[in-house]
Amino acid sequence: MSVLELRNVSKVYGEGDTEVDAISNIDLAVERGSLVAIMGPSGSGKSTLLTIAGSLEQPTTGDVMINGSNVVGMSRNDKARLRRRTIGYVFQDFNLLAGLSAVENVSLPLELDGVAMKQARAQGMSVLDELGLADRAERYPDQLSGGERQRVAIARAIVGERSLLLADEPSGALDSVNGEAVMRMILTACHGGVAALVVTHDAKLASWADRVVFLRDGKAVDETLPPQRPEDLLGLDAANPSES
Amino acid sequence: MSIRHSLLALLSEGPKYGFQLRQEFEASTGDVWPLNVGQVYTTLDRLERDGLAESDDHDADERQKNFRITAAGEEELSRWLRAPPDLTQPPRDELVIKVLVASRLPDVDVYDVIQVHRRYLVQLMQQWTRLKDDEAHFDLAFALAVDAELFRLDAVVRWLDAADGRLRRASHESPTGTAAALPRLPRRIGAQK
Repeated sequence: MSVLELRNVSKVYGEGDTEVDAISNIDLAVERGSLVAIMGPSGSGKSTLLTIAGSLEQPTTGDVMINGSNVVGMSRNDKARLRRRTIGYVFQDFNLLAGLSAVENVSLPLELDGVAMKQARAQGMSVLDELGLADRAERYPDQLSGGERQRVAIARAIVGERSLLLADEPSGALDSVNGEAVMRMILTACHGGVAALVVTHDAKLASWADRVVFLRDGKAVDETLPPQRPEDLLGLDAANPSES
Repeated sequence: MSIRHSLLALLSEGPKYGFQLRQEFEASTGDVWPLNVGQVYTTLDRLERDGLAESDDHDADERQKNFRITAAGEEELSRWLRAPPDLTQPPRDELVIKVLVASRLPDVDVYDVIQVHRRYLVQLMQQWTRLKDDEAHFDLAFALAVDAELFRLDAVVRWLDAADGRLRRASHESPTGTAAALPRLPRRIGAQK
């Protein structure tokens, strides 16, 4: 069973003459432990796809299955609970709460879900430790570098038993070395069993994914082939479509 | 890439044998650019001929010769490191030509052509990233060489994205299709010669 499955999902904004197809007939599955990237230019529907996958928006048609449950038609409360317990979000601009330390930011989703403060903090520390951020736990966002803030945001996204990580241009505001650290961290979360969906227009970022789906005008137009063995790199000429 | 100057750089660290130079060249470039030993000896012969390197025994078998850099070699290495490569002429890029040709052929979907190349390039980048993820912690030279390749491929993907967007805009603006909206490329860009 996939952690996330979109079945024939479409989203239309507006009505009549102002009707716009944001995404059309999207089928997409993200398995446990895998990292999938959605790549496309601005306006291709990437962010709409992500908000629908995260149950923040309702599709016009189609089904959104998260761990086998259809989010479409779920009550508002059930959706909120699912989001708190199952889904972690990472945004380009980090969205950490300025008045809370790193560990308080990370443990906040657990506390909101009713976990006792002490236990939530212990779990928050454990994730920060796993991701190599234990020594930043007591710092406030303005005492962290951009790269560190995003890594704390990823820790917050995967704390608890979350199984789905959704990221919108997670390294867009970072230089390439910090961006790479963020992608390594997402990959580490995947190796720990999380399913991750990243939307981006950046090929360097997308290249960390197991699979890249190309979006154009709201439609999935293409995707990368299953990965070849790294040893095949030196024999790439054989697959080179640019032979004259 | 200049094998000649790379070997001079290795010799500037101290005298070395040809086989050793080959091993060190490959290690210093993260094994991304393999070098055959014949190329090493041919290059060393030329360095010796030009007075940039020397060996003790001119008549010895190449494999027995121990090479060292000369003062002229040190000077040449220093000059080369600081000389910017000639980037004034755009390379004759096969991919650019293919997209330009596709944009002018009425029966060819240029966006499909662009996507085929975009997918191929992203797949290549996935492979390089995977290699870097496996080995970068252990080999800085390899990580640097892979970064260079990733940035190069990324630039090509960005160009494809820009071409895609520009062609779409041109086709919306021109009722006769994309070809009429395409300007002729200047034959030389930035050339000062």
